[in-house]
Amino acid sequence: MATPTRTATTLLDADALGRTLQRIAHEIVERNEDLSKVALVGIHTRGVPLAQRLRRLIQEFADVEVALGTLDITFYRDDLVARGGDAPLHPQPVVKATTLDFSLEGLTCILVDDVLYTGRTIRAAIEALFDYGRPERVQLACLVDRGHRELPIRPDYVGKNLPSARDERVQVQLVEVDEVDAVLLIPGNER
Amino acid sequence: MAETTTTPPLARDELLPPKTGERRHLISIGDLSKEDVERLLTLATAFASTLERDVKKLPILRGRTVVNMFYESSTRTSSSFELAAKRLSADVMSIKASGSSVDKGESLKDTALTIGCYDPDVIILRHPEIGAPELVARFTDAHIVNAGDGKHQHPTQALLDLYTIQEELERIEGLHIAIVGDVLHSRVARSDIQAFLLMGAKVTLVGPPPLIPRGIEAMGCEVSYDIDAIKDADVVYILRMQRERMLEGANYVPSLREYTARWGVTADRVRPGQKIMHPGPMNRGVEIDGDVADAADALIERQVRSGLAVRMAVLYDLLTAGPVGVKVAEIAEVAP
Repeated sequence: MATPTRTATTLLDADALGRTLQRIAHEIVERNEDLSKVALVGIHTRGVPLAQRLRRLIQEFADVEVALGTLDITFYRDDLVARGGDAPLHPQPVVKATTLDFSLEGLTCILVDDVLYTGRTIRAAIEALFDYGRPERVQLACLVDRGHRELPIRPDYVGKNLPSARDERVQVQLVEVDEVDAVLLIPGNER
Repeated sequence: MAETTTTPPLARDELLPPKTGERRHLISIGDLSKEDVERLLTLATAFASTLERDVKKLPILRGRTVVNMFYESSTRTSSSFELAAKRLSADVMSIKASGSSVDKGESLKDTALTIGCYDPDVIILRHPEIGAPELVARFTDAHIVNAGDGKHQHPTQALLDLYTIQEELERIEGLHIAIVGDVLHSRVARSDIQAFLLMGAKVTLVGPPPLIPRGIEAMGCEVSYDIDAIKDADVVYILRMQRERMLEGANYVPSLREYTARWGVTADRVRPGQKIMHPGPMNRGVEIDGDVADAADALIERQVRSGLAVRMAVLYDLLTAGPVGVKVAEIAEVAP
């Protein structure tokens, strides 16, 4: 894929990323009157630290500690299994823990992910979520929406809309996982 | 390139798929590396956590077909494979030798060819003959899981034993495990010895000389004919006296009563804290005393419960990945 010599463009630096999350947190507070009925659910890997940060920010702005969960969607993906002797479509990911230690009944669950792209991850996440209970409402927050949806899914809270080419890659880096905060655009082959 | 980039970027710790296009089977513990075992145990932990939910079904093997072929009687293995496949949303078909065309004289090859016509993704096979899984693998396109072939191997039993020990004692490496009883006729023992040694445990076989195969020390385990040898073990693994496999007229032990008197695991032969395991079915009062089987240190029911999660992991793993390595992160240079 990307060769080491290819340069990436920084779309959001650490400051911009911080401000973007603050804005999303404000929007969540504005649009949900009863924050005690809101749960943030981070999708592994980078949705988890994003959900944690949003929760801290919401506590700062509204003085409410919303419920926080994590979701691993590996067993709900539609692209893992290969037939016969074919190599799998994707490497087998490391399965992470799903922790939803609160009842989803009556809650507004806000799924949190880093990059919204085809929408297939979100489809899997919704399916996974419903195996744990019946939330009253599911919303979606993502740091970057890069378009190219393959399913009728749209985000409720978007950090940055970023029309991208299919062969480009958008990489979100977070201190918790990558030791740095940034959103990068990695160009495709044609350039 | 355009094709590959339509997928989301890989997380840094994702694992590589197999390099070869070869169909994978699980026939013997010898097919597995330590990394394979660790991956399967990690997966089993993830599946075990889904078994605690209200909705226990996962969609990941939707549309796949799993065939259970059992040429020998079985309760735990066949039921746990069937439930494991169902929990993963696969379609399951179970064929038992009695009541099937096998009764009419059909050979294993012809049964395999017939089942192969339904394009199964996985065939789980238990058969009294060693090598039966390899034969079925030759005549179908399915992944084969050996659920016991004669006295040879029973790899998923060994995996669930490892999983049970790891859950209970939080490690396998450095543990001392004593395997007691009829090692000669036991496929469980063969798989377990390999698996325990692979993961760095010390293994001592204990039993009457005729039931311990000569030269088995070459596998890397120790042998003792004295039941006192189980005293130092962290785990005492008791094997079933397999009367159905013993040759007619052969005197392996003078009598079952004699066996029980000298090698039966009774409460006064184990100390508190020693974990007791048995692959089942148990002959209470023969190789294991009822008090030992029901004691708090007995992990026998836990083994059965582990079997479900481990078999889910095996089915999932066969259909999704092969021997793997860790992918090195690929990060482009950042423009200033």
